Amino acid sequence: MDADHSAALLASVQEALAQKIPLRIAGGNSKAFYGRQPAGKPLSMADHRGILRYEPGELVITARAGTPLSEIEAALDAHRQMLPFEPPHFGPGATLGGTIACGLSGPRRPYAGAARDFVLGVKIINGRGEVLKFGGEVMKNVAGFDAARLMTGALGTLGILLEISLKVAPKPHHEVTLTRSCSAQQALETMTALARQPLPLSAACFSNDTLYLRLSGSESGVRAAREKIGGDLFSDQTSFWRQVREHTHDFFKSGTLLWRLSLPPAAPLLSLPGLWFIDWGGAQRWLRNPLPADVIRATAVKLGGHAMLFRGGEHTGSVFHPLPPALLALHKRLKNVFDPQGIFNPGRLYAEL
Amino acid sequence: MPKSATAALSPDLNAQVSALHRILPPEAVLAGAEESRPYECDGLTAYRNPPGVVCLPDNAHQVQEILRLCAQMHVPVVARGAGTGLSGGALPLSHGVLLSLAKFTRILELDPDNRTARVECGVRNLAISEAAAPYGLYYAPDPSSQIVCTIGGNVAENSGGVHCLKYGLTVHNVLGLKLLTMNGELLELGGNTLDTPGYDLLALLNGSEGLLGVILEVTVKLLPKPERAQLVLAAFHDVAQAGMAVGAILGAGIIPAGLEMMDNLALRAAENYTRAGYPVDAAAILLCELDGANEEVSELIMRVRDLLLANGAYEAHTARDETERLRLWAGRKSAFPAVGRLAPDYYCMDGTIPRNRLPEVLTRIAGLSQHYRLRVANVFHAGDGNLHPLILYDANQPGELKQAEEFGAKILELCLEVGGTITGEHGVGVEKLNQMCVQFASAELAQFHEIKYAFDPKGLLNPGKAVPTLQRCAEFGAMHVHHGKLPFPGLERF
Repeated sequence: MDADHSAALLASVQEALAQKIPLRIAGGNSKAFYGRQPAGKPLSMADHRGILRYEPGELVITARAGTPLSEIEAALDAHRQMLPFEPPHFGPGATLGGTIACGLSGPRRPYAGAARDFVLGVKIINGRGEVLKFGGEVMKNVAGFDAARLMTGALGTLGILLEISLKVAPKPHHEVTLTRSCSAQQALETMTALARQPLPLSAACFSNDTLYLRLSGSESGVRAAREKIGGDLFSDQTSFWRQVREHTHDFFKSGTLLWRLSLPPAAPLLSLPGLWFIDWGGAQRWLRNPLPADVIRATAVKLGGHAMLFRGGEHTGSVFHPLPPALLALHKRLKNVFDPQGIFNPGRLYAEL
Repeated sequence: MPKSATAALSPDLNAQVSALHRILPPEAVLAGAEESRPYECDGLTAYRNPPGVVCLPDNAHQVQEILRLCAQMHVPVVARGAGTGLSGGALPLSHGVLLSLAKFTRILELDPDNRTARVECGVRNLAISEAAAPYGLYYAPDPSSQIVCTIGGNVAENSGGVHCLKYGLTVHNVLGLKLLTMNGELLELGGNTLDTPGYDLLALLNGSEGLLGVILEVTVKLLPKPERAQLVLAAFHDVAQAGMAVGAILGAGIIPAGLEMMDNLALRAAENYTRAGYPVDAAAILLCELDGANEEVSELIMRVRDLLLANGAYEAHTARDETERLRLWAGRKSAFPAVGRLAPDYYCMDGTIPRNRLPEVLTRIAGLSQHYRLRVANVFHAGDGNLHPLILYDANQPGELKQAEEFGAKILELCLEVGGTITGEHGVGVEKLNQMCVQFASAELAQFHEIKYAFDPKGLLNPGKAVPTLQRCAEFGAMHVHHGKLPFPGLERF
């Protein structure tokens, strides 16, 4: 199963450069819905897989991009470790490369950090057909620009990820979830107040008139926090947070457009109509609503945030929040220095990239 | 060495100065050897060079005008915060403008509900935590120079500190930036949200060593101050055992807030300097700090104590009270100046290695120390593998500086050989340009130059720092090969 396909991938890039045919890079196709529809010839990363190095004591894992995310998580789990950003899979085929290229993080994100925070190093193929390594396998590294983190969330538009090194963390010894019935307003106030205190919070969301708070840490620390916060102990916590992470929770099942709003966590409730799911302690809010994009975006901007169309609709227009002209121009220049012929996932992130 | 003072300014410089006077009040433009001498170096004092002219703007508009003028006149610009950098990143250029951002000291906004602070670039690192303290919040990264170093400089260098094992580096704690590009264009990245649309430019700017833009404002993440912090000091008869104990703690699933090691020479120096209460006969000590809820700290501190004693510590002492905890830290935080008293000069290295290679690396550094006949004291962010060997030398002894530099270069190459990096937190600056040639292949360095080009096509922001030219690497490589010394020709580079 494990195999190094970098030579074949490099040959595909060289062929694409010679024939001027762009490539549509895919791992397990679990996140094909995400972002704009890219043009180009499909290039599968799925065979380029395998964990290359994992030493639990070093808290670092290095694997080929096509390695299934589930395989990484199982290897870590065997040593009571985890990917702290709790990445969503969105399908059984999710790969490490796709996870980093999309840069998505799960419920633990506000408290533990995002996908990009755990990227230590990458090996890529750039748009000149060169194999390059950035970053490394150590915790601290400031040699050269941080091109490794730059790849996170770039949706493959700057290069093909071949290998990725991630910082990992021990699994918490103890975890409980507390619930309480309240209004959205009360939930937001509670989340904000709790986040200002030194508590072992590891997730906080609100849906269906219920606030869910997850606590992680040592048994005594979690017990003390639980006494301080109060609320009911929620027995089905593992499957609940998996549903939130994987969007298999009922909220995400209905058919209308799904918008993701990234806001300052304490931003007030938005006046936009529709169904809301508040996650990340208020910093990530999901909205099911068929309103025009500009109305939603303008509302998010007014509160210091941004909005993107996560699921549904035509993914041919503007999906991610539009960039101001000066930043878009800089994005184009950066795209151009990594991928001068524009062969990697053209249009997946923005039409201009 | 300082260049000799020149009384008259060159015609080029005169033109620059008079143009700058149209932007800034007279007292904010310093030219001539006397006035610009205080800016001739940063924290890496072995490299000195007086700047052509120093500008001290106090508002964003002035900075924008200065950059536009310099872009137009094709004059390079070196930005400077407090000048505490340890790799020469703020070393001035004789034909350039040194842009001091020391006057940008306002804390613009403190938002306790969103747990963020928006501050000007010249605000001191510690001042942010002081301003946040009334809300029970603080800014986590704490480089040893935190009393004076500025947040703008922290971003430029992606500074660490003794608590980054648990709380991350600057890049993990910055949510937004306002910066000017070399042509005076204002860019705003991020803000009070946890992510930003588009490429992760915040990641690129952190640690960019002043090559990509001039940072004006920074929005940082604030954290609730932990209920309690407790420190254990463990003493070892053997340095390697101390290294092993670090692995045992992390392997047990405990992430301490700080996990620091000092060897005998370093801990003796620190003890003499601060009377911290270190056991001066130990071959090495570990300082392990745990923070969190009261109950959690009590539970973990016992486990850590047991782990340390089970892994070779002959003594594990828990700080009796807050005064003792702070005193034990003060010893560590003053380790550099303390070691500085052992010899006329010292040269501080900054490699990072995989933790499990520590015993081997320390043994080989000791061997190099004998070979070069220069003493070395080791201070180590043990938890994240970041090594600070301090090479002691005397610049007044002919050839010793050169010996120290060679010794340092060997240590960095050793770090690379075991799978590490040449710099964990101090940056490349002017100091580690040659080692960059060992760590990166030409295509990688070329890619770095192109990233710079995307931000600064004329190459006027802090030119010559952080990324070596390919020509320099060719010459460096040729020199090494010529002497038959190219250390690891087939080296896997990281």
